[in-house]
Amino acid sequence: MKLEMTLKEVQDSIIDEFSVFDDWMDKYNILIEMGKELPMIDPKFKVKDYLIEGCQSKVWLYPQYDGKAVTFTADSDAIITRGIVALLIRVLSGRTTEEIIMADLYFIDRIGLRQNLSPTRSNGLLSMLRQMKLYAMAYKAQGSGQSQ
Amino acid sequence: MIDIDVVRSDFPVLHKKVYGKPLVYFDNGATTQKPLCVLDEVRKVYTDYNGNVHRGVHAMSDRTSEAYEGAREKVRLFINAAKREEVVFTSGTTGSINAIAYSFGERYIQPGDEIIVSEMEHHANIVPWQILCQRKGSVLKVIPFNDQGDLDLDEYLKLLSPRTRIVAVTQVSNALGTIVPLKEIIGPAHSMGIPILVDGAQGVQHGFTDVQSLDCDFYVFSGHKIYGPTGIGIMYGKEKWLSELPPYQGGGDMVDRVTFEKTTYNELPFKFEAGTMNYAGAIGLGRALDYLNELGRNEISDREKTLLAYATERLSSVPGLRIYGQSASKICTVSFLLENIHQYDTGMILDKLGIAVRTGTHCAQPVMEHYGIDGTVRASLCFYNTIEEIDALGTGIEKVISMFS
Repeated sequence: MKLEMTLKEVQDSIIDEFSVFDDWMDKYNILIEMGKELPMIDPKFKVKDYLIEGCQSKVWLYPQYDGKAVTFTADSDAIITRGIVALLIRVLSGRTTEEIIMADLYFIDRIGLRQNLSPTRSNGLLSMLRQMKLYAMAYKAQGSGQSQ
Repeated sequence: MIDIDVVRSDFPVLHKKVYGKPLVYFDNGATTQKPLCVLDEVRKVYTDYNGNVHRGVHAMSDRTSEAYEGAREKVRLFINAAKREEVVFTSGTTGSINAIAYSFGERYIQPGDEIIVSEMEHHANIVPWQILCQRKGSVLKVIPFNDQGDLDLDEYLKLLSPRTRIVAVTQVSNALGTIVPLKEIIGPAHSMGIPILVDGAQGVQHGFTDVQSLDCDFYVFSGHKIYGPTGIGIMYGKEKWLSELPPYQGGGDMVDRVTFEKTTYNELPFKFEAGTMNYAGAIGLGRALDYLNELGRNEISDREKTLLAYATERLSSVPGLRIYGQSASKICTVSFLLENIHQYDTGMILDKLGIAVRTGTHCAQPVMEHYGIDGTVRASLCFYNTIEEIDALGTGIEKVISMFS
């Protein structure tokens, strides 16, 4: 899978998309829309093994590795959470293990997500991010050529 | 009659704005706001006379001890306990239940003994008993409730057995709002000589609790849910029980005489108050109880009934809204879900509208399991809330529905 934008470019484009809205209701509305476009996880992976702890809402995250890049699909039972999940996937899915491990996701602060989500939700977001990085580390440690 | 404008002016935080919108505080089940008189009282402890209680010969210690014991007397009167010795200060409801589960367990529980709780308990009245069961090899039995949110008293009677050692039940369900008919729980247990612990965390602030008339053996509650400070709570126990139970913490002030060979314990209630207590919290709690008495406990109760009736009617008019907990006897808590909308989504949008509700399982996962749901949105009201605020919630919910449909 070849990505058109760098990690920096995709983050900057998200910041641009959110910058036109001052009102938080509008920001939620785009999150809701983004949630609808989330690459949906195969229902058979919506099981405990792929469930992320730390969210008041449930998030399932399924990784696939082709030896070069990690692709993520996911879902959540809450729509706003699904929007946030969609953003993380848009930024990190399809990137190399190295890129994911090293990724500095400054867009979260810049679009006001961290401040505007409650601490428990913020933890959920952070645990999802941590989980994505853990998968990348695990794949990197396994060496190349091994697919999930 | 409560003058709502005057009452609201007693609570500075109610006039705050969140995200530029007036705060609508509907999370009183989690914690209540504090009137100025309570804040002033706590401040006065530290600005006017602070000294450690029961310790010194000096005036400051004396005055603090006097205020602390004065607060104990206020609590005694508020719940109508027979003696001050029966009123123990703790850190809160959770602290009280853990203390009783530990001490009662040490003294009375043997392998195979049974402890009864209900399906609508807060985790704080489940987990300490489970820990005790693990420690002593005893067995936890559970009184079920029906879909309306009322305990199944027939099933309860079947659970009582010669092995039952204690029944621990809530006064009011935090997740459903149900007021439990305690007399119907206590009577049959007492006829078999079984003591009762009542978790008053959600009950004591909504009306009258008379521990002598109820005849419960233990009654516990938290200061912060009854307009007092955090970190203070009450463990009431009949003297006949408290004098039998061993202390659960050792330290200063709870002892009579200490030698390395043997220590004898102080008299009640100090036997259960090891170390420096949260005396400023206790004194603040005493002032909060004064405040409620000044407002009038009947008046508070009447106003809360009016708010419950209106909130139930207003929310019931929203299409696709289901209320969980429809007992005929409720405090002013409305737990609900919107059709096909996750409780967290609802809560997030209401938050942005300045409306504080609680979402999730409310530390009562068995209640959620009963209905096969992951959680609810809970609006828990109290006397300082208004009809206008309920309307704001109604409008907010309609906005949520329009955003997610």
